[in-house]
Amino acid sequence: MQTIDLEADGLRHLNATLQSQVAETNQTAWEILNPRGAHAIAVGLDAPIEVTVKGSTGYYCGGMNSQATVHVEGSVGPGVAENMMSGTVIIDGDASQYAGATGHGGTLVIKGNASSRCGISMKGIDIIVHGNVGHMSAFMAQSGNLVVCGDAGEALGDSIYEARLFVRGSVKSLGADCIEKEMRPEHLTLLAELLERGGCDAKPEEFRRYGSARQLYHFNIDNAY
Amino acid sequence: MCGIVGLFLKDESLAPQLGEMLTDMLVTMTDRGPDSAGIAIYGDETPGMAKLTVQSPDPARDFAGLDTDLGAAIGAEVTMSVRDTHAVLTLPAPLLDEARSTLRSLRPDLRSMSRGSRIEIYKEVGLPRDVAARFDLRSMGGSHGIGHTRMATESAVTTMGAHPFNTGMDQCLVHNGSLSNHNALRRKLRRLGVEIETENDTEVGAAYLTWRMQQGASLGEALESALADLDGFYTFVVGTEDGFGVLRDPIACKPAVMAETDQYVAFGSEYRALVNLPGLDNARIWEPEPATVYFWTRNGMRTREAA
Repeated sequence: MQTIDLEADGLRHLNATLQSQVAETNQTAWEILNPRGAHAIAVGLDAPIEVTVKGSTGYYCGGMNSQATVHVEGSVGPGVAENMMSGTVIIDGDASQYAGATGHGGTLVIKGNASSRCGISMKGIDIIVHGNVGHMSAFMAQSGNLVVCGDAGEALGDSIYEARLFVRGSVKSLGADCIEKEMRPEHLTLLAELLERGGCDAKPEEFRRYGSARQLYHFNIDNAY
Repeated sequence: MCGIVGLFLKDESLAPQLGEMLTDMLVTMTDRGPDSAGIAIYGDETPGMAKLTVQSPDPARDFAGLDTDLGAAIGAEVTMSVRDTHAVLTLPAPLLDEARSTLRSLRPDLRSMSRGSRIEIYKEVGLPRDVAARFDLRSMGGSHGIGHTRMATESAVTTMGAHPFNTGMDQCLVHNGSLSNHNALRRKLRRLGVEIETENDTEVGAAYLTWRMQQGASLGEALESALADLDGFYTFVVGTEDGFGVLRDPIACKPAVMAETDQYVAFGSEYRALVNLPGLDNARIWEPEPATVYFWTRNGMRTREAA
């Protein structure tokens, strides 16, 4: 286990060290002490390493992640795992606004609640939230899956393209062009796999599925160039 | 961006440390707002007396003999306590309005920062650390306080453009965000006779709340109506003589984190503003919901014996 004390060593050292790990590194387990809400912890990683953050972080923790597993033993500020490409980010506590925004791949697990705009413009990422998500979650989502074991706030899936949204609890309101959709066997299979990956004991049958009605401008062939 | 902090003590034994805790929170928020900083602090009250905090661009000139001169003009004893460019004048509460208008002729360059029985507002341009040092904010005690680090967006970097804004007796407000309809609202409020001194958007928000409360609304009702009448982005933190409140606009783009323990309620634009508070690891920590008014009052606790 490699340990970096953020207070003693500084953010630049921390990220430079983690980013310089190559795919074949033997230093696969890292621990970050004293995050104290600092921003941009463990961003831009590109190696199959495991990073444990011992406490809560500020903005953009685990942003742009590839391959790495980042586990935050606390809560995170806005923009956690923003633009993640692959790998896994796990948050034990709550996440603030736009968790997993624009993520292309990988898995983001939030064991507490997520705030507004969770999964905004998601492009392939899978986001599994044990608690609730706030308003405008999955706004303009393009691909990937958002699983919400609790409730969703207003305007869920506003202007959504092709992502799949699974919500177990209530949905305060659906955004433009987002509708409830039939839960077919393949969705139950997919959801079971996502729930298992997210460490949730919820049953797929308890969820409802939402997605795009495909009625907005870009779905209308008359608007094609 | 701007940074906001607030601390409302439930445990009176922390009162002597209020300034210290709040200053740490404020300085942590420097990179959200390095242009100016300000703090409103609710401290001791003398029954029957009011506090008027004033600022001078030339303290040596304006504060010399000010207590004597003002006292003679209004026919009462006035005491003065000077901190850098600010002075707190304590005088009989019924004479407050008279004192304010007298000051305009007595010391025309003085600017009013706050008025109330307990509130004192200190604000200046410069880095929060330097502003805190100039006023020795760390030494101040009290029951609650709010602070602001400003990144100027809608108006010039001046003392008067700094937050908090005093919105009525013992009331104040800090703001993170920007209001998009402040010019129209300023014109409307001025037509209605509301005094607005700067081109700052937040002062319009503050003046709006004062106006609503002058019409009979409670602070809570005024904040509720702000949701309908203020356009733009805002997280407001407000202070009253015995209370502390938070409001975010319905879109809630501007960040906010709250923490509550048996000893205090704290607000920060970011979690890291809170990390030095005692017992934070066991605090209830959450993000306030959009378009929801949060408010705490002393609720029968003794509020007037703060250090």
